[in-house]
Amino acid sequence: MGKILRRTFLIGGAAIVGGVAFGAYYVTRPYDNPLEGRTAEGESTFNPFVKITNDNTITIIVPRAEMGQGVTTSLAALVAEELDVTLDAIQVEHGPASAAYYNSAMLEEGAPFPPYEHGLIAETVRDVMGGVGKVLGLQVTGGSSATKDAWMKMREAGCAARETLKAAAAEREGVSASQASTDNGHVVIGDKRIPYGELAEAAAAMSPPSGMELKSESEWSLIGKSQPRTDVLAKSTGAPIFASDVRQPDMLFATVRMNPRLGGPMNSFDASEAEKIAGVVKVVDITGEADELFGGGFAVIATNSWAAFRGADAVKVDWGRANYPETSDELFQTLEAAFDNADTAHVAREDGDTDLVFADAPRDQIVEAEYRVPHLAHATMEPMNATAHLREVDGRMKLDLWTGTQAPTITQSDSAWAAGIEDASDVEIHTTYMGGGFGRRGEVDVTRHAIRVAKHTDGKPVQVIWSREEDMSHDTYRPASIGRMRGIMGDDGLPRAVEISAASPSIIGSVMARTFPSLNPAGPDNTMFQGLHDQAYAIENYKASAHQADISIPIGFWRSVGHSYNAWYFESFLDELAVSAGKDPVEMRIAMLKEHPQAVAVVEKVAEMSNWGTSSGAGTGKGIAYHWSFGAWVAMVIEVSSNSDVISIDNVWAACDLGTVVDPRIVKAQIQSGAVYGLSAALGQEITFRDGMVEQSNFHDYDAMRINQCPTITVELIKNTEHMGGAGEPGTPPAIPALANAIFAATGKRVRTMPLSKEVEFAA
Amino acid sequence: MQLTVNGNSLDIDAEPDMPLLWALRDIANIRGPKFGCGIAMCGACTVLVNGQPRRSCSLPIGDVDGEVTTVEGLADGDTLHAVQQAWIAEQVPQCGYCQSGQIMSAVALLEEVDNPSDEDIDNAMAGNLCRCGTYTQIRAAIKRAAGSKAGA
Repeated sequence: MGKILRRTFLIGGAAIVGGVAFGAYYVTRPYDNPLEGRTAEGESTFNPFVKITNDNTITIIVPRAEMGQGVTTSLAALVAEELDVTLDAIQVEHGPASAAYYNSAMLEEGAPFPPYEHGLIAETVRDVMGGVGKVLGLQVTGGSSATKDAWMKMREAGCAARETLKAAAAEREGVSASQASTDNGHVVIGDKRIPYGELAEAAAAMSPPSGMELKSESEWSLIGKSQPRTDVLAKSTGAPIFASDVRQPDMLFATVRMNPRLGGPMNSFDASEAEKIAGVVKVVDITGEADELFGGGFAVIATNSWAAFRGADAVKVDWGRANYPETSDELFQTLEAAFDNADTAHVAREDGDTDLVFADAPRDQIVEAEYRVPHLAHATMEPMNATAHLREVDGRMKLDLWTGTQAPTITQSDSAWAAGIEDASDVEIHTTYMGGGFGRRGEVDVTRHAIRVAKHTDGKPVQVIWSREEDMSHDTYRPASIGRMRGIMGDDGLPRAVEISAASPSIIGSVMARTFPSLNPAGPDNTMFQGLHDQAYAIENYKASAHQADISIPIGFWRSVGHSYNAWYFESFLDELAVSAGKDPVEMRIAMLKEHPQAVAVVEKVAEMSNWGTSSGAGTGKGIAYHWSFGAWVAMVIEVSSNSDVISIDNVWAACDLGTVVDPRIVKAQIQSGAVYGLSAALGQEITFRDGMVEQSNFHDYDAMRINQCPTITVELIKNTEHMGGAGEPGTPPAIPALANAIFAATGKRVRTMPLSKEVEFAA
Repeated sequence: MQLTVNGNSLDIDAEPDMPLLWALRDIANIRGPKFGCGIAMCGACTVLVNGQPRRSCSLPIGDVDGEVTTVEGLADGDTLHAVQQAWIAEQVPQCGYCQSGQIMSAVALLEEVDNPSDEDIDNAMAGNLCRCGTYTQIRAAIKRAAGSKAGA
């Protein structure tokens, strides 16, 4: 049985010992239950995750952003499992923005140790990082961390509610609690079946009993089994569940245009033509304060979105300059220069002595390569939008915000500041389902703009929706980067020395500067060398470094972050090394990974799935990539065929080990989704700059994979690790190198520039 | 402007050049069709006009020459359309934002072709973008719906 243990948290060196074992929430109870005071008539709340009404409606709070990854199903299942109810018997709500819903797992992953290292120091640092998450109360969805973070706390919440319901029933019936059991939403005592709803009010007033135990694995009826998604009906009937579907009485519609030279000022604007358009109410300057980094711009407020868009097109505006290089060529020159600046170089790993090996090696045996990736947009299907209602209520300014946000508590405090509201509890964040996130919806630009618009609507609610063109040209981009590698094979047919270094601007630096300008992040940005230093390969001489380039184009978290390019550098370069020595890239990887059986297992599995070593015929080729990210071990093989030099992507096979899986179908769908996201980038995505402006504007010049290009994708899950990994991101990093390696196998052409479509033609 | 949407006659107070999408969403409060691109490149706004799939973001209401069907108009009372049932059976949606448009394109395809080949599916669905990459499940759901219609 999984006994809940008393746990110790180390925060800043001080040990904080938890109290009695009532589930994590009670053990460490750092926050009030945010549901108290928000319950409806006849509804009771047990803890931040469970509400039950006296007519037996059971609501589970899933305080993470549902952006497609299935949290409203798999996290709800964790509570439902312990509460002994089925998913069709419950409702799911996102719940309020609250510090009680902090995400510690995401910050733990930020610790400077690869999470498959479980030594004492690594665990201690990770505990401190997780403790920081609790202290800061960061309610964030990101880093493929939602399930890991919820694994204990949401099961314990369900368990605490179940045991309290049993205790209430036992008290009512005058028996001991040990005579009570539960079955599908009822407490069972003898031949009596009492619905939870009848007990909810009495139970919620009780303290949970001590000595509760989580169900053992053999007792699970939901965990580990695929469940119907709780959101599938709404999403198959066009239900109005997204932020852009929000409608409020007397609501106005608006759109924004910010300087296309990102962060630059607006010198002047003339709205006289725009204000003549039917439906346009007014045009307002929404430029923020001088130290904000979103630049100058205006909004058009109208009676419908179409009038707002037309109005924005009709405004004549003089945009100022930006303070970054104006063209993509100059950007790449800045990245090149970063390699030569010792002050901004961070060596993240140094095994052996690569300098010595290369100094002694014959030049013709050294393999060298340079890879390049461009900026990328997130291009979520639903453009950025938020609805803001700012008005005075009883002499106090109140703000309601409806938006799809991956970071409700950050949005709440940031919005209070932007609205000039002193007490953040006067800001209510209504988190909606989101039409794609991929890291974009953790940003506060969309809500800041919406609040500035709402200051001009005389207390009426206003929906501020960006055009696709505004969304594409004002993203927080995946940064451009250059990877430089050199390596040499040893007599044993394995890499003897590998040096891998990457230049990019700092994502964390960019996020912090625009979101938390008063905080100064300490130490180098971990995301710069994600995927370079943390891989499980045994290489005798192995050096990984990152070089920080100072480019102020706004950049942010894009599905798999630094892994999204560093995995390509590493995995395609290993392929180049294997080819240089005539080695099989699968056998070479297995030999390099032999100290990590989980890694070997996924490589062997994918080799078997893909019939590695057998050819599907002339013009076809297979490529492999293996990459550890976000706690998941993933190996992927891609098969392409080349017909008259036109490449079709035919098959993707992926073998993944991310430990215990709550919902296998959802996890497989996430790995598939991650692969398609990466392949979409390879097929032709790039954000380029000219005159300081993004050149791409819509899906005609920044497209993604379409159904006719989509390969057959087969995902298998295996479990050789106890540690729980993420699912949303790990499918992305290996997709690009596996494709590039397959193209080499099929055509002999090694492509080292993204998108790969710059050098090969893909079937349309 | 008079429009017939899902069998209901609507009086829309708007200029004839307003795209159907915005007349539906912002005036008639029919929000199943979604805004994705505004230039008929992503398909999130797909509706049927006289049974033909149209990108409502780029179709002025003055040019609407027949009955409009949106995703809200597919179900027959409490019974979902065969395509919607297949979408649920195959657990297609992830974020779900594109799925109204995907479903409308699939409905139009199956009206045209009883038993679509992979190539038919590619041709009919290539205009509907899905950033979550649910294409494998979309293909399976279309085939399932075709099978259920054949068996009905």
